[in-house]
Amino acid sequence: MQTVGSKQGVARRDFAPWTDHTLAPLLRIEGLTKRFGAYPAVDNLSLAIYPGEFFALLGPSGCGKTTLLRLIAGFERASAGRILLDGVDLLPVPPHRRPVNMMFQSYALFPHLTVAGNVAFGLKQEGLPKAQIAKRVGEMLALVHLENFGSRKPHELSGGQRQRVALARSLVKRPRILLLDEPMAALDKKLRGETQFELMELQRRLGLTFIIVTHDQSEAMTVADRIAVMDRGHLMQVAPPAEIYEQPNSRWVADFIGSVNLFEGRVGLDGSSVEGTALGRLRVGAKIAAEPGAPVWVAVRPEQLRMGPNPAEPDAQWALENDVAATLADVAYLGDLSIYRLRTAAGVPLQASRANVGPFAPRTIASNDKVWLNFPRAAAIVLTQ
Amino acid sequence: MSDAHKSMAKPRRSFVAKLVVRLPYAWLVAFFLVPFLIVLKISLSQTAIAQPPYTPIFDLAGGWHGIASFFAGLSLDNYAFLGSDPLYFLSYLKSLEIAALSTVMLLVIGYPIAYAMTRAPRRMQAVLVLLVILPFWTSFLIRIYAWMNILQHDGPLNRLLLALDLVREPPVWLSTNTAVYIGIVYSYLPFMVLPLYATLEKLDESLLEAAADLGCPRWKAFWLVTMPLSAPGVIAGALLCFIPAVGEFVIPDLLGGSRTAMIGQTIWTEFFANKDWPTASAVAVVLVCLLVTPIVIFQHQTMRGIERD
Ligand SMILES: Nc1ncnc2c1ncn2[C@@H]1O[C@H](COP(=O)(O)OP(=O)(O)OP(=O)(O)O)[C@@H](O)[C@H]1O
Ligand SMILES: [Mg+2]
Repeated sequence: MQTVGSKQGVARRDFAPWTDHTLAPLLRIEGLTKRFGAYPAVDNLSLAIYPGEFFALLGPSGCGKTTLLRLIAGFERASAGRILLDGVDLLPVPPHRRPVNMMFQSYALFPHLTVAGNVAFGLKQEGLPKAQIAKRVGEMLALVHLENFGSRKPHELSGGQRQRVALARSLVKRPRILLLDEPMAALDKKLRGETQFELMELQRRLGLTFIIVTHDQSEAMTVADRIAVMDRGHLMQVAPPAEIYEQPNSRWVADFIGSVNLFEGRVGLDGSSVEGTALGRLRVGAKIAAEPGAPVWVAVRPEQLRMGPNPAEPDAQWALENDVAATLADVAYLGDLSIYRLRTAAGVPLQASRANVGPFAPRTIASNDKVWLNFPRAAAIVLTQ
Repeated sequence: MSDAHKSMAKPRRSFVAKLVVRLPYAWLVAFFLVPFLIVLKISLSQTAIAQPPYTPIFDLAGGWHGIASFFAGLSLDNYAFLGSDPLYFLSYLKSLEIAALSTVMLLVIGYPIAYAMTRAPRRMQAVLVLLVILPFWTSFLIRIYAWMNILQHDGPLNRLLLALDLVREPPVWLSTNTAVYIGIVYSYLPFMVLPLYATLEKLDESLLEAAADLGCPRWKAFWLVTMPLSAPGVIAGALLCFIPAVGEFVIPDLLGGSRTAMIGQTIWTEFFANKDWPTASAVAVVLVCLLVTPIVIFQHQTMRGIERD
């Protein structure tokens, strides 16, 4: 979780079709609802996904991510709403005719077929000539580095190899959209990291549109062009990773993505400060889009909190007001960075993090030390909901 | 596991564990191998008007000489006799034919039942399994007698057919092959349905979704995915029905009448009517040899299945 901010994948600089209003989306979801009994797993959800996008669905367990994918693939019947692919309504189309493919969380490889047989399965349904099937299966297996495993059965493969067979099987039909349901959940951390980059590379090389479901934030931030944060069947925010992290639109998103210090207060009379928080008056960078006196929340990321032995020196870029005295409760050393848990004199808990740079400098702060914390005005995120 | 662990686990395992592992073998020796050897021995003997009704009799009291004359008295004559009289060959053929056809019918009827059971809501499935085994709560013999009643000339079946105007003349059911098929299919259905249900129930639903996702319509996914993956259940069910059906005695005897002599009836006749134990034993030994073949195939299949899991 702590690496969320530092690892931002290979963002494509000029790729932002969602900002271009002349472009038609590839997939448009309108007012989609899926109820299980009375419980709405997907609730009046609208979304547009553009060709070539790598789109991530992120959310806590049970928020409806899998249900949304299954609705797109056709395994669940929508209670209301529409799913349009290139403007054509998909809902009346049975799953075996939809030009989308899914990579299942459990992989769902056919145990009685070989690796090559699994990959060929989809092509055989299209009735392609044998020679062409063999050629495409060979290409696909080469793409996922399994050329020598074609005649093995799934139970003779490792978890990572199975995952790549499932990927090959779902890619071989060149779907308009590939749906991936937690494709890397079963992989260990190192392999997952490698696979994430392989997946991105593959997606860009083939020019396909991917929708990936995950509840691993760093995975979503690594691979995706845009992330949709979901909660209880609703979309909370849809934006590129950096925007989700730096400009969350609600307390819920700020809290869900990464860690955050949250302070409740009221908009000050000058419109660019928040009063009555647990830390007193806090100065924020920009004018707040709310009336003075309205309740708001200030969110500060742990890495934005600077720690020092003294109050900050008066300085052009620093806001003096955002200076807090605190006592260090404990430190969690994580290698690349350390997480500091602190408490103000009034007992307000705070979290700060600091990258462990430099030639293994002796760490100067220890438990129960008094420190001063401050943060720049620009680092204060003001949330109105 | 480290060597230290192994050496520590070994002495504890040796006694109880080995006993448990060998128990099935002991069972097989006591209740299959020994009786089989006795029958094999009788099949190599000759009939005699005596008690027991065959010679030679193994008698250690006669010393070396007795043992030698015992072995000299054994012969393959009874097997030669089986070959010389077409009655036996026809009886085997009849049994295999009836058993094979019944097994096919059981599969055709049992597969949809088992498949439908797996599609039922979870809570219903336990009830359905109970319903499948419910007939066992009544004696097998009573159920066959019930069928005799149902199938007799003025029985409920014929009255129903007449009432529905499906036939003009009441057909004859009893003492026909049809009645034997009805009896076998009815009695053995649970042995077909239960193993099929057990394999189909384990089938991962997401495999069918994956098939649909890859462009395979539902009916085709049944042939490409469900059927191949239920093969172990089909084999188990088929063998569980086929093997006892070959040697079936009660059903053909009560429903089939005298014209259809299955091998079980032939053995019965030799034993009890003709008092020819050696010939009866020879018929039984050949039957066992005929049935061992499918059992070996079954073993082979299950071992492969276990290796796969
Ligand atoms: N077949 C079903 N019947 C009833 N409720 C269901 C069914 N499938 C899903 N749900 C409910 O819908 C909600 C969303 O489920 P879903 O599987 O989409 O969650 P998810 O976001 O994929 O969670 P996870 O991250 O744990 O996989 C859950 O509350 C779940 O209990
Ligand atoms: Mg899920």
